[in-house]
Amino acid sequence: MSLNCKTSGLNGRLLTRSKMRKPLRGCNSGWKWKRLFLFVWVPVVIGFGLSLFSGVFRKKMETCEDNSLVLVEQFNNVSKDLLHEVASSFFESDQITTLNCTKQFGNGMSTKHEISCTLKVPDHEHNAELWGQCPVHDDKAPMVQSSSVHEKLARDDNDVLKVCMWALFIIALCSPIRCLWMNRKGKMKKTEHAQSSSRSGGKWMKKLLVVFVLAGVSLSIWLFWYLNEGIQLRREETLESMCDERARMLQDQFNVSMNHVHALAILVSTFYHGKQPPAIDQETFGEYTERTSFERPLTSGVAYALRVRHFEREKFEKEHGWTIKKMETEDQDQTLAQDCDPENLDPSPVHDEYAPVILSQDTVSHIVSIDMMSGKEDRENILRARASGKGVLTSPFKLLKSNHLGVVLTFAVYKTHLLPDTTPEQRIKATVGYLGASYDVPSLVDKLLHQLASKQTIVVNVYDTTNVSAVIRMYGPEEIDTGLLHVNSLDFGDPARKHEMHCRFKQRPSLPWTAILASGGVLIITCLLGHIFYVAINRIATVEHDYREMMKLKTRAEAADVAKSQFLATVSHEIRTPMNGVLGMLQMLMDTNLDAKQLDFAQTAHSSGKDLIKLINEVLDQAKIESGRLELEAVPFELRTILDDVLSSFSTQSQEKQIELAVYVSNQLPEIVVGDPVRFKKIITNLVANSHKFTHDRGHIFVSVHLADEVTRETDMKDDMLRRILNGSKSNLACDTLSGLPVVDRKKSWENFENLSCKDSINEFEKIKILVTVEDTGVGIPIDAQNRIFMPFMQADSSPSRTYGGAGIGLSISKRLVGLMDGEIGFVSEPGTGSTFSFTAVFMKKETYSLDTVVQQCHPAISEFRGLRALVIDRKDIRAGVTRYHLQRMGISVEITSDFDSARSFLSDSDSSDFAIILVDQEVWDMESGLAFLRGLKSSTKLFVLANPISPTINDEIKSANLTATFVEKPLRLSALISCFQETLPAGNNRVVARKQSTLGDLLRDKRILVVDDNIVNRRVAEGALKKYGAIVTCVDSGKAALERLKPPHSFHACFMDLQMPEMDGFEATRQIRRLESTFNIEIKSAEVGHWHTPILAMTADVIQATDEECTKCGMDGFVSKPFEEEQLYSAAACFFESG
Amino acid sequence: MASVPQLQRQFIEYTTSLHNEGYLDDQFTQLQKLQDESNPDFVVEVVSLYFEDSEKLLNNLATALQQKSVDYKQVDSHVHQFKGSSSSIGAQRVASVCVHFRNFCEEKNLEGCLRCLQQVKQEYILVRNKLEALFRRMMQLEQQILQAGGSIPMME
Repeated sequence: MSLNCKTSGLNGRLLTRSKMRKPLRGCNSGWKWKRLFLFVWVPVVIGFGLSLFSGVFRKKMETCEDNSLVLVEQFNNVSKDLLHEVASSFFESDQITTLNCTKQFGNGMSTKHEISCTLKVPDHEHNAELWGQCPVHDDKAPMVQSSSVHEKLARDDNDVLKVCMWALFIIALCSPIRCLWMNRKGKMKKTEHAQSSSRSGGKWMKKLLVVFVLAGVSLSIWLFWYLNEGIQLRREETLESMCDERARMLQDQFNVSMNHVHALAILVSTFYHGKQPPAIDQETFGEYTERTSFERPLTSGVAYALRVRHFEREKFEKEHGWTIKKMETEDQDQTLAQDCDPENLDPSPVHDEYAPVILSQDTVSHIVSIDMMSGKEDRENILRARASGKGVLTSPFKLLKSNHLGVVLTFAVYKTHLLPDTTPEQRIKATVGYLGASYDVPSLVDKLLHQLASKQTIVVNVYDTTNVSAVIRMYGPEEIDTGLLHVNSLDFGDPARKHEMHCRFKQRPSLPWTAILASGGVLIITCLLGHIFYVAINRIATVEHDYREMMKLKTRAEAADVAKSQFLATVSHEIRTPMNGVLGMLQMLMDTNLDAKQLDFAQTAHSSGKDLIKLINEVLDQAKIESGRLELEAVPFELRTILDDVLSSFSTQSQEKQIELAVYVSNQLPEIVVGDPVRFKKIITNLVANSHKFTHDRGHIFVSVHLADEVTRETDMKDDMLRRILNGSKSNLACDTLSGLPVVDRKKSWENFENLSCKDSINEFEKIKILVTVEDTGVGIPIDAQNRIFMPFMQADSSPSRTYGGAGIGLSISKRLVGLMDGEIGFVSEPGTGSTFSFTAVFMKKETYSLDTVVQQCHPAISEFRGLRALVIDRKDIRAGVTRYHLQRMGISVEITSDFDSARSFLSDSDSSDFAIILVDQEVWDMESGLAFLRGLKSSTKLFVLANPISPTINDEIKSANLTATFVEKPLRLSALISCFQETLPAGNNRVVARKQSTLGDLLRDKRILVVDDNIVNRRVAEGALKKYGAIVTCVDSGKAALERLKPPHSFHACFMDLQMPEMDGFEATRQIRRLESTFNIEIKSAEVGHWHTPILAMTADVIQATDEECTKCGMDGFVSKPFEEEQLYSAAACFFESG
Repeated sequence: MASVPQLQRQFIEYTTSLHNEGYLDDQFTQLQKLQDESNPDFVVEVVSLYFEDSEKLLNNLATALQQKSVDYKQVDSHVHQFKGSSSSIGAQRVASVCVHFRNFCEEKNLEGCLRCLQQVKQEYILVRNKLEALFRRMMQLEQQILQAGGSIPMME
């Protein structure tokens, strides 16, 4: 059905629309509305459609029914004779009650129409209305007509439907359009000033909403009007068609009867007047009329009156044996129907002519011999009839028997057959008699109407309107005004008489529910949508308002935050300055003569002050970072040294707490990286301090450093240690950690890192990303506190009775510093097991060789131990690994065994003299085997006991056994190990011992040095500085003078040359000196004395200017910056004095 | 008579005051460190050398800038010398003015040079007065300390 397709089409359209809309933002609410709208819409549409559809259908059924009746009627008229035959042929057989007859009409066209005709023959023979019960599907024309009627109706309904659909469609369209519009508005808002645009947008929306609601309301009103109009129109049409049909039927029936009466008149003329003697007598006439009364269904009776002139009266009376009677004058109307004995009537007075009834149907036999001319009405009738030659009607009057209104039809019977153009006079002359028939109008109409459907719905009235001023109602009840009225004029074949049929519905029209429902539905939808939109607009306005409020608050909060940071920074700074004074004064106070108690007080005050300064510095750091003022340095530094420093600062504490503290750096890491060593150290210190704070009397804190890449590439882990660490934490076995206590899975601490591997960083070759983990076996962080661990001033336990002190700022600073280093920080913690903190940091790579000297300088003794072999006896793999790491840093190759027995076999297997050092962990030591092992050692092999802290019992044991072993205190770190080894190991290498005490003084003592500077002050300063270290200094004030002095052979060990000098600058002077030297070298080459090369060091105030390049280009060996600094002077001088 | 620690403190305070006022920097401390038994008057010697040199340089600068056609190269080398010697003894304010002075020399801005000369002179005179006062005071203090039997404190 069209309705369905339309609905689905609509839905489809809506869906595609919504699909289109989906990706757009800001449509979420709209989408919600749409869903809601659909929920409302679908039932409304379905209900609406159904009601419309059923209404249409019902009407169609009705019309069809009516149509079929009309057709039946038409059919009756057209082929009544035919049917009559058929009917009469069946009439005789009473047995047949129902019959289906099918006739095929051969049509001129190829199509064949079947007429299936069901005849219902009632039991009563009397009922002649055979065809009335017969629904006939007739031939083409009516079919076409009816189908066209159907089409028309359907079209009407379609129009209504279409209008409704459009209305709904428009409403449905509204929501996406609105959504679109709001979306656009949202975009606008972004660009424009939010406040004004949104406000105007809200107003705009409200206006649009009002327009929309008004449109919806007017639409619903219009819809109601339109639908109602349609219903009215259809009602009128129905009434009209029904009325027409009834009128036509009535007329036709009447005419049929009239024709029969006419035929009877001709019969009488033929057989009564045409034969001599007449072939019809009263008996024959009576029987004939009785038997043919079915042909005149509306007549109650027929009678024939002969025209008798006055001169013939006597003869006539004699002939028939009765006198011509007169009708009762007082009651003219009851002439024909009078129920009275004709014998009682008076004989007719003398007239020109008479019209006595001679033949009559049995039903009206009482009127025989009554003079029809004596009734005024009848007389007029007779006169008109014979003048016109047609049937004429009387005005209605009450029939006596039935007490119904009736009319009398009169036909004149002529002597001869008259031509149509005969004049009235001739007709009058030719008249021989009159045939009259009485019509019982109400029963006639009743009969008729009973044949028609929906007789209940309409009221039919028939009027005689010949006299307009006095209309006579012939049929029907009193008229009640029920609105519609349809008037049809009836033509009963008598032009002198006018009849009308009035039709109206029995009931007033019921309320137009279809229209009400449809328009009501539209109205409700409109109201609903309006309400939804209104609420939405209000909501948007509120949200926008709230948003603005929040933005304001946010800016205020941010401003307050910045102000807070600045305040912190300022206050911290302000506190620090006086604190310096306090501390300084305290320091001096301590230098004065104080007694022990006072000194104690002062010391306490001093250390408290120091703590305070430390805290303030941290707060200052935090504030600086927060306000974005902290910038990282980029200087080369040695990672491992930094870690050693951290360890040494915690060594005392960890020894007190008996916590194992260890550091391990993967060998994949370069010695030197470029970054901010201070901050890096700070992070690790914070983490270690944190771990330290929460670890009590057992377990360990283990700092390990790896490349981030190492961790990610699990498949080929180059570092054996890392694998072991990871496995240890994974397996959670007690034995495989540093202290043997279980630890958390450290992998989890970095699994949340977004960017662990630095593969995607800009240049993999220049940058390295390191991963530092600090593992402890402390109390762990409670689960609920884990998410705020990096928030400043937050403590895991912030209750007043908390166990652990601290401002809670360390981790926060660490996190921020890590962030500055392009790294990430994370942790994993299990209460009771411990915590592991991990962070990454990105550093620049730096070639190691350029700072090689620095490393050497820091630990000049390193080379002393290079090539030695060491045996580590430790049953814990990781701890042994840490030990090996430290030893390998010194260039010592390491073997590991787990206990003394295997160590002994190890020693016997290989040449034990190879092992210069044997390190035993305190845990492994037990008196018997330890001492036994010790005794078995060669004197050249030294035993070291790694202890944390030194246990006096073991020491006593060894001492009592008269053996020697050195104790090394943990945490292990390079410097401690070196000093320990140096003390213990045989001074096999004197140079090393000398080197050990080597200072700048030793380096420069008795060296003859030439200082070249044009500036007398600088010259004097340099001289003073160098003299301080025991050098013999000679000064010259120009390059030329220097050239003189340095002409080989000479006795100077080195030359310090100012770069910027008048006449001849340092570079030029150096070049000339080198030239002199090279010529001299060639000269002495034959003598093979050696190579002459005086070290020349540049002195410059500007380090940047004196790049390596420039200096080396002209043959200098290095540079020192002015003014001299001891370390730098040392490192520069050491380069060539040591090697030379 | 003040006690040794008091004197020592005064000694330190006075030197630090010069530091704090910005006349001298660490270099002067370095110089003081260079002074030891073998070289007892090192600081005084160097400083008096500096005075001599500076006066000579200032005169040179004054005459150089009074020339009709100023030889900026010459001026620049003088200023450089002056800067070098000033930073050697740690007279940082003089040195910093010298840096400006050299900038003007590069621009060949006579007016600026003259202004800087005035500034340099002022700063030099200031630092000279300060240093002279310091030496006098220090002499006194040292003597007092030595008399009181204490040792001269070293600057950190």
